[in-house]
Amino acid sequence: MRRHHDMGGLDAGPVEQNEHDYAPWEKRVDAILRLLSAPGRRMITVDELRRGIEELGPGAYDEMSYYERWIASVTNNLVEKGTLTVEELGRKMAEVEARWDADRAAHKNSQEERAQ
Amino acid sequence: MTHRFPIGARVSVSSSFPPGHVRTPFFVRGKTGIVTEVAGEFPNPEELAYGRDGLPARTLFRVTFLQQDLWPDYAGGAGDTTVVDIFEHWLQEADASEGAAGKGERAHV
Amino acid sequence: MSENGNDQQDGGHSHGHAHDHSHRHPFQPDLEDGGYSYYQVMTEAVAELLLEKAVITSEELRKTVESIDSKSPAFGARMVARAWVDPDFKARMLDDVIAAADELGIDAGGIPIKAIENTDRVHNVIVCTLCSCYPRLLIGLPPDWYKARAYRSRVVREPRAVLEEFGTSIPDDMEVRVHDSTADLRYMVLPARPKGTEALDEEALAALVTRDCMIGTAVPKSN
Repeated sequence: MRRHHDMGGLDAGPVEQNEHDYAPWEKRVDAILRLLSAPGRRMITVDELRRGIEELGPGAYDEMSYYERWIASVTNNLVEKGTLTVEELGRKMAEVEARWDADRAAHKNSQEERAQ
Repeated sequence: MTHRFPIGARVSVSSSFPPGHVRTPFFVRGKTGIVTEVAGEFPNPEELAYGRDGLPARTLFRVTFLQQDLWPDYAGGAGDTTVVDIFEHWLQEADASEGAAGKGERAHV
Repeated sequence: MSENGNDQQDGGHSHGHAHDHSHRHPFQPDLEDGGYSYYQVMTEAVAELLLEKAVITSEELRKTVESIDSKSPAFGARMVARAWVDPDFKARMLDDVIAAADELGIDAGGIPIKAIENTDRVHNVIVCTLCSCYPRLLIGLPPDWYKARAYRSRVVREPRAVLEEFGTSIPDDMEVRVHDSTADLRYMVLPARPKGTEALDEEALAALVTRDCMIGTAVPKSN
């Protein structure tokens, strides 16, 4: 009856007081949500974001990082609303991946050149 | 403005477990506390979560629970409390016998 | 490395050399040293599609990331220090944090924030057991532990034990009051001014107020 995100009162170990500096892509996820939820645009509400995260299922908290859950939820919401289509996402993601692979290869090459 | 529950009202949280998006934590369901503040009127998150406008707005109450009413084995101070923001439709007037340390109904665990 | 990949103009497709830094798709520094994840690719794809469809503009995206970067606990600390030296300001801050922030030229965003005051009888601590609600528009993004299972699970049930883990002992005769930010309000703790700080000016006082003091897992120390 208790949903997995609803954690108050559960047993857990010590609070691990670790933190990390947020990576650019994580801030980008945050920025996208802020823009889409801003008054004036209101394309997604914070409660839609939260619902989307809850619907990722119990494994999401163990398998995904915080902003991974966010972008997964934002993306699902945008598809549900018709703002983005699955087809567009598939195409664009393949394109991004190919570009980053190429960029990485080029970056590595130039570093090797510089090292010589 | 008049509200359904005045400050100081003893209220019980619904012992209800619907599917879907709700903002009432599990650990206060079925528990009794006291309205200590009226936080304002806000669109219903249970509707907003599904793309609707959440109107009419609902009153959000700040409800203070004695820790002893939430956790039978609470080991801290007798006066320790937790305050939770709860929408009006989750609250009902409590029987005089409920709450106030140890007498609150236990939530389903 | 300062370039953060947010200066692209649109989803342009011409793709030149990776080290041209005026490039429309600058290589992201956080990807240089390791692989990238499925969700990083998704983030980039969603951003580019939203730009291509003119749902958002690159200018907005850049400014929003800048705004995220600009927030810090220092803004909250300034407000706390002012509240310590100016009781009228404190009253206004307890009434409306956003309006009080505005008096100091601080933009605290549009989500209501409530300040909860520590006294010699009550120590407050904030949490969001359902997700990660936090006054991020005023004091920046929360630390990882605030969003993690251990803190969210335990601080409502054994707050004193959790506070001890942070090195904070609350006397038995004080009330520990936990605030679960479940809905539309965000909370920040207005800590009590430590004793022995009478000689300090506002700036020195603000330096005593850490992020954790405003979460309530710490209290300001006078030295």
